[in-house]
Amino acid sequence: METGHETLPVTPSQTVGPFFGYALPYDDGPRVAPQWHPDAITLRGTVLDGAGDPLPDAILEIWQADADGTVPSGEGGLLRAGHGFSGFGRCPTDSAGRYWFSTVKPGPVGGAAPYIAVLVFARGLLKPVATRLYFPEETEANAADPVLSAVDAERRGTLVAQRENDGGYRFDIRLQGDGETVFFAS
Amino acid sequence: MATDPHPPYLSPGYKSTALRAPARPLPMPKLGPDAIELTGPVFGHQELGALDHDLTRQHAGEPMGERIIVTGRVLDSRGRPVRGALVEVWQTNAAGRYVHLVDQHPAPLDPNFTGAGRCLTDGEGRYRFVTIKPGAYPWRNHHNAWRPAHIHFSVFGTAFTQRLVTQMYFPGDPLFAHDPIFQSIPDERARERLVARFDLDTTVPEWALGYQWDIVLDATPMEA
Ligand SMILES: [Fe+2]
Repeated sequence: METGHETLPVTPSQTVGPFFGYALPYDDGPRVAPQWHPDAITLRGTVLDGAGDPLPDAILEIWQADADGTVPSGEGGLLRAGHGFSGFGRCPTDSAGRYWFSTVKPGPVGGAAPYIAVLVFARGLLKPVATRLYFPEETEANAADPVLSAVDAERRGTLVAQRENDGGYRFDIRLQGDGETVFFAS
Repeated sequence: MATDPHPPYLSPGYKSTALRAPARPLPMPKLGPDAIELTGPVFGHQELGALDHDLTRQHAGEPMGERIIVTGRVLDSRGRPVRGALVEVWQTNAAGRYVHLVDQHPAPLDPNFTGAGRCLTDGEGRYRFVTIKPGAYPWRNHHNAWRPAHIHFSVFGTAFTQRLVTQMYFPGDPLFAHDPIFQSIPDERARERLVARFDLDTTVPEWALGYQWDIVLDATPMEA
C-alpha cells in the first residue's frame, strides 16, 4: 500500500443464503446479448458440489468484453436496450443445478486470450468463488495467456469450456473434489 | 496488511460449507492492467423503478412491523466514495418469513411486503432504503438454530474483484453468539463491522428509526 493513503477496514463477506431467488434474478439476466443476435452463442453448465451433486441454490454472474474486445463502459447492466450488449449477466441455477447465458464470444483484450470472468454465489459459500471461462479453439492464445499458463497444467483444463454441437459452449463448475475447478484468490 | 476480514470457505459450524468449500489452494492471478476483472458493469437510474428503494411502498397497503431507515456509504478501502454503485437488498418480513417459496418457516406472510429493494449510490457514495425491521428465523443447521435478524446486501464496486455479498445485522442481538454464519468471520472486530449503528440523527420523528451502516469494498489487485 502506498503511504499517505488511509486504509479503511474492509466489510466482510457473508453467504448469499438460499433465499435470494425473489430478489437477485431478473428477466434479462442471462441475456447478455439477445438470442437473435447473429453472433449469439449459448453457454451452459452445471454447478456441482464435492459429492457430485448439483447445486439448486447457486447464482452465477459473468462479465466480459464484446466481440471486438471492447469492455462495455456504458449503462445497461440490468435493462438490455434492444440491440444492446451489456457484458454483464446473472443467472440462478435451476433445480438440477443448471445455468445458461446467451452472449457473444469476447474478443481478446490486451495480450490475453479471450475469456469470460465468472463468479459463483451459493448457500454454503461464505464468499463467492471466482474463475474464468476460456475457449477450446484458442489453442495458441490460451498457451500464451499469462493467467491460464500460470495454473498447474493438470488443472488448466477446468478453465476451458467444451464446444457443443449447436455452436455453444459447456462449462461445468465443480466446487470441490475430483476435477475441482480452479478458483482464483483476489 | 490487515488480516483477511472475510470468512474462510470451510467453516465447520456452518454445515453447508462442508461439500461446497473449494479444497485446493487458490492461485493468485497476476492481473495485467487490461484484465477484465478490474472493471465492472455500470447501472443507470432508468434501469431501476422509482420505488425500488422503499420496501414499504411496493404494495397497496403498508407492511406490518417497525418502520426503519437504513443508510450509509459505499467506500473503497482508501475511503473514496463509490458513486453510482448498485446496492441490492433482500430480507424477511417482520415475522421472520421470506417470500421465497423454499422458506418453510411457519410464520405469516405479509401481503404488503415483498422484502426486495435496490438503489444506486449518490455523489457521496450514499445509499438509503426505507423498510421494516426483519425478524429472526429458524434454520436447520443444528438443533434450535436461529439466524439473528439481518438484511442481505449485494454491492458492486468499480471492479468485478470488489463484488460483495454480505449481511447487515442489528445492534445487541442475543443470537450473535449462537450463529455460525456470523461467527464464520474469525476476527471479532471484522464481525462487528456487519452490525449497523442506531442513529438518532437518521431517525425521523414520529415516523421511523434510523440505522447507519457503511460498506467498505476490497482494494483492487492493482491498488493492493
Ligand atoms: Fe437470510
